[in-house]
Amino acid sequence: MTETVLTAENLVKHYPIKSGILRRTIGHVRALDGVSFELKAGETLGIVGESGCGKSTLGRMLMRLEEPTDGTLTVDGVDVYSLGRSEMRRMRRDIQIVFQDPYTSLNPRKTVADIIGEPFDIHPEVVPKGGRRKRVQELMEQVGLAPEHINRYPHQFSGGQRQRIGIARGIALNPKVLVCDEPVSALDVSVQAQVVNVLEKLQDELGLAYVFIAHDLGVVRHISDRVGVMYLGKMVELGTEDEIYERPTHPYTRALLSAVPVPDPTLRGTRDQIKLQGDVPSPANPPSGCRFHTRCWMAQDICSSDEPQLIARADLGGAHPSACHFAEDSVVSGTRKASD
Amino acid sequence: MTSSIQLSESEGGPSLRKRERVLEVQNLHVEFHSRDGVAKAINGVDLYLDQGETLAILGESGSGKSVTAQAIMGILDMPPAKIPQGKILFQGRDLLTMKPAERRKLRGPGISMIFQDALSSLNPVFPVGWQIGEMFRVHRGTNRSDAKAGAIKLMERVGIPAAKQRVNAYPHQFSGGMRQRIMIAMALALDPTVLIADEPTTALDVTVQAQVMELLAELRDEYDMGLILITHDLGVVADIADRINVMYGGSIMETADVRDLYAKPGHPYTQGLLDSIPRLDMKGQELFAIKGLPPNLLDMPKGCPFSPRCVHVQDLCRQEFPPVVDLGAGHTSTCHYAKEVVRD
Repeated sequence: MTETVLTAENLVKHYPIKSGILRRTIGHVRALDGVSFELKAGETLGIVGESGCGKSTLGRMLMRLEEPTDGTLTVDGVDVYSLGRSEMRRMRRDIQIVFQDPYTSLNPRKTVADIIGEPFDIHPEVVPKGGRRKRVQELMEQVGLAPEHINRYPHQFSGGQRQRIGIARGIALNPKVLVCDEPVSALDVSVQAQVVNVLEKLQDELGLAYVFIAHDLGVVRHISDRVGVMYLGKMVELGTEDEIYERPTHPYTRALLSAVPVPDPTLRGTRDQIKLQGDVPSPANPPSGCRFHTRCWMAQDICSSDEPQLIARADLGGAHPSACHFAEDSVVSGTRKASD
Repeated sequence: MTSSIQLSESEGGPSLRKRERVLEVQNLHVEFHSRDGVAKAINGVDLYLDQGETLAILGESGSGKSVTAQAIMGILDMPPAKIPQGKILFQGRDLLTMKPAERRKLRGPGISMIFQDALSSLNPVFPVGWQIGEMFRVHRGTNRSDAKAGAIKLMERVGIPAAKQRVNAYPHQFSGGMRQRIMIAMALALDPTVLIADEPTTALDVTVQAQVMELLAELRDEYDMGLILITHDLGVVADIADRINVMYGGSIMETADVRDLYAKPGHPYTQGLLDSIPRLDMKGQELFAIKGLPPNLLDMPKGCPFSPRCVHVQDLCRQEFPPVVDLGAGHTSTCHYAKEVVRD
């Protein structure tokens, strides 16, 4: 359980902004700007953040669907970004992805048998040709689909069922890591819970590690062992589920958590909400120093000049990494407020 | 900058004070005619809204919540939509029997609406100030410069920084949250009696959602409007609504005061929804999930639309559509066994 399956070091992705007839590069969108973390076998790392924070870019980088601007990614001791085409192909068996939109991520002209079985076309060594259909049916059963629907097309399934097809495809090659990019965001509340349960069941059965990218903080808390909070291409806080939700030290994490509406009307007006002003700045021109300083109520001069590092900082019960100059102060003022 | 959420001072007030009933929908049916058959999107919806109160219509996709709003607003495409029966009374007058020109005059000053996707609801080729000012020019015959001044005032009111400088900017030059504020400014231009907000924050990030919901609550009190909030988010509802209608498969399943609905839900569907929210004490356990799938509107189950997914289902549920059962204090549940299943 303690073996590290994936190590990301200083992952950077800048997209060029081109303009004019010569398509000259006039700037860069800094979608991801130096993110590092480790993933242990069988654990779930939740990644939360608002749109534009780089969480989906991170997911694509982990799959090497995007070439990195900088950084290294090690999966099972292998440096992924240095692999050639065929080695990369082999590597993809170990790390797979489930996309957000179950409507556009499945080919409408293919049957479920083709969709879930397609990984075996590319990796025929996993399941020999004769055994494929049986294996696809097994996979369907594992994710809670009726195996007799194997010849149906995606449009004959509901959103939740389609997401199950996507998951079955994701686990077809017995990967060690499954990247889930907003897997339940497009689903109705009553169906969301079904899909979350399927993911948890599969983790228990197969020992998968998940990178669970989502903006729904409630779902992330439920499923994650550890959580990383991202803002404008940076990881601003990283800790266990308990550290992030109960003892957050970064002001952005605290604001994000307090902005989530709580489904309990008796708490109305009693919650101490932190209201952030304005919107997330453009990643093409991120603020100097701490990227959050333009919206932070605790910002001092140092915040606009020096970039805080993501290093362990004291919280109430111990310490966990947080990228804020005043993380400790934040804890103190947070306690005072909570006891008020 | 840390402040507790500003809620209406009249919290709980609208039900205590005697307020005018501004909107009443009676036995509304809406169906869509297509090649595949008739989809019955709404089957006999009854609801009402008093001045200054917030009614949430809670439901999942296909529940009919948006169609209800569109029918009230009069923006359903007919055909394919048809309203075979029902009444929509706005201040006592039936909107459905009104002449189109008359009804049009009410759209804006009477009832106005904001939508989920502000980008596609705004016209990309006109400046936002022009689009807000259009309300004044068309409905009140205001001249251009006064309309522009009015637009700037509204933009300032809804919290757009540097409104004077940005009045000539185009929708794409604003962020999602700011665009939603512009939509709100437009909807408020003619001081409506009723504002319908259809998933106003679904497309927004959570920190921006909090800003927009706070603004809506503030404006509701300032303008003393009735607010109909259409949403699927149980959290948003708990923060702002006075009363809730829960819809499923084109019918209202439960109506209750917001506190009653969360504390003692009286319909198995509402109970299932509340149970499927991930909770702290459930960490590591399986989430409660409502089994099965939402109904197909072209082929609705006989009897109660929720019966195929209900944990309490009996034979009667598969045969007969349930009656509206009164659970006291304005709390009703459309379930044969409401009195047995209600939680206390």
